[in-house]
Amino acid sequence: MEKKKSKKKINSSTFLLMITIALFAVMYIAGMIIFNDKGFAKPQMFMNLFISNAGLIVIGCGMTLVMITGGIDISVGSVTALVCMSAAYAMENKGMSAVAAVVISLLIGTLFGIVQGYLVTYLEIQPFIVTLAGMFFGRGLTAVISTDMIAIQNKTFLKWANYRINLPFGTYNRRGIFIPAYIYPTVIIALAVVILITIMLKFTKFGRSLYAIGGNQQSAVMMGLNVKRTKMKAYVLDGFLAGLGGFLFCLNSCAGFVEQAKGLEMDAIASAVIGGTLLSGGVGTVIGTLFGVLINGTISSLITTQGTLSSWWVRITLSALLCFFIVLQAVIAAVKRKKKKK
Amino acid sequence: MRIKKILCSALLVSCMVFAMTACGSKKAAQTGSDAKSGNITVGFSQVGAESDWRTANSTSMKETFSEKNGYTLIFDDAQQKQENQIKAIRNFIQQEVDYIVLAPVTETGWDTVLKEAKDAGIPVIIVDRMVKVSDESLYTAWVGSNFELEGKKAAAWLKAYLDKTGRGDEQINIVDIQGTIGASAQIGRTKGLEDACKENKNWNLLAEETGEFTQSKGQEVMESLLKKHKDDIDVVYCENDNEAFGAIDAITAAGKTVGTGKDDILVMSFDSTKTGLTDVKDGKIILDTECNPLHGPRVEEIIKALEAGETPEKQQYVDEEIFAAVEDVDSVKVEDQDYSVTVVTDDVIKGRAY
Repeated sequence: MEKKKSKKKINSSTFLLMITIALFAVMYIAGMIIFNDKGFAKPQMFMNLFISNAGLIVIGCGMTLVMITGGIDISVGSVTALVCMSAAYAMENKGMSAVAAVVISLLIGTLFGIVQGYLVTYLEIQPFIVTLAGMFFGRGLTAVISTDMIAIQNKTFLKWANYRINLPFGTYNRRGIFIPAYIYPTVIIALAVVILITIMLKFTKFGRSLYAIGGNQQSAVMMGLNVKRTKMKAYVLDGFLAGLGGFLFCLNSCAGFVEQAKGLEMDAIASAVIGGTLLSGGVGTVIGTLFGVLINGTISSLITTQGTLSSWWVRITLSALLCFFIVLQAVIAAVKRKKKKK
Repeated sequence: MRIKKILCSALLVSCMVFAMTACGSKKAAQTGSDAKSGNITVGFSQVGAESDWRTANSTSMKETFSEKNGYTLIFDDAQQKQENQIKAIRNFIQQEVDYIVLAPVTETGWDTVLKEAKDAGIPVIIVDRMVKVSDESLYTAWVGSNFELEGKKAAAWLKAYLDKTGRGDEQINIVDIQGTIGASAQIGRTKGLEDACKENKNWNLLAEETGEFTQSKGQEVMESLLKKHKDDIDVVYCENDNEAFGAIDAITAAGKTVGTGKDDILVMSFDSTKTGLTDVKDGKIILDTECNPLHGPRVEEIIKALEAGETPEKQQYVDEEIFAAVEDVDSVKVEDQDYSVTVVTDDVIKGRAY
């Protein structure tokens, strides 16, 4: 009995996760072999994956949460732009402190989460439509604040953005100078979010309820779960993470402007799906999403390193991977159904 | 059972790959250093491929930094996204390229990543748009167009042309269809015209409105201006070719004519794209001032200077020509410098890169 249970676990979500991790490892190692002379094997190249995608990792975590409940949030890209613009505007034009900018960012994200969550759970409107409206609203509001680019010159903010944490390993460059690998604080925040959400999903009642709702909402109701409240919480948390991710994004770009983070929501969804989250809900992990983001980053990194391929190949490769994972998920679902019949 | 098998094989494959890398990377490390021949490696992060101008800019770079000329070019198209450019620059740094060339999407937000490049000892050359950074030493040089000079040249030509055709003392009514407000091209070109209008008492600047660098908006603005000012307009000063195309459409639709005649409206434009110059040849646009996208050779000069241990000038402009439909003016003088005017023929159009 015990054995059977553990075997069943491997079958679905763990299996998808392992494929994602294996794929990432194969891709990255292949890159290290092929582009060794172009610095792909350097530890810093690996760290750059995290540095450049810290915001996306956090946003992807929020996305995974709502996708587990069977929903979706396509407003996160606009929220990111709005957060960057508001933070830049608050610090540069209103003379507020960097800490105030953080508070504003998190508030904006949470507010989006509350409003969207309310509309989705209590008024039972399709999450796609609700967040589509949120997406237009966010982008529009960004343009209303300012159509010009705002560069952030705030001293404290730049100190955060440029605060390098040197790691105890590194490489020698061509001139023979030792350069330690480094990360920025954004990376630590992003990884902390991944760990916290993982623990939350695995060990808290709220986390387990999310899976139950996504798997089958009706039975979740019959089990006595407060479906609406749990869903609402998921959207608020997603909004909060979008605000936080947006701020991390801002720390990377140090500027606010309207066109920022266009299409980021799609990258987040793609990362979650590649990471094994089912669009229909009930299955998914943030560790998977993390690896989804890393795969996304590795593809673009490989293509930049190659140097002559058009960067649009990133999208083409990503679409192929997405297809692969969706088909894989469908196959697994079919196999499961067959087994149940037996 | 079957899934277990698949899982096992997947694990085995990844183990194999791991093992392979262990030996593979050592080998590659040995050959890695001498794989880099005498070529100078240049990493170029381009905005995208949104216009003919941009494509010509990329082509210029690719042609200049070819293997034949002793360079290895790593080209990255950022698809209009700043975050992609930041990623690309970080990638270039890890590849230890010799030079980074950046055509920035945005003017701001480069402090962090340019600092990383500086710490790695890689010179950065900015092309086209300027960057605003807290520390000027974060980039080595900038190459681009002098938009104000373009505007001044156009105004100087107009003055010379009016003098030559005996209209030098007439009241001249000008409308300015501006580019996207805030773009450096708009700021410079508008300033060139405004300064000239202040100097020439008989020039009246009737209106300044933005056409956002597009054909449709240019047409819309021209239509409303024609309604407002009826027969008063003598000169339309369009800040790029697309706006000029729209303005010409609006003028002909209103039953008026473009050209050099007494009742015609003079259309002036910037950029000098192939289609723009075709209109110049046909006499629809009277003057087209070039915005040169061929930045490659100038960037190469800077790199050569750096290789020789010299310090190149921080701001460098590319040479830009003036194209006219008529032969009345041979050259114009701006700030004691003569600029020759080219009359557009079929050969001129054929020789254009974009």
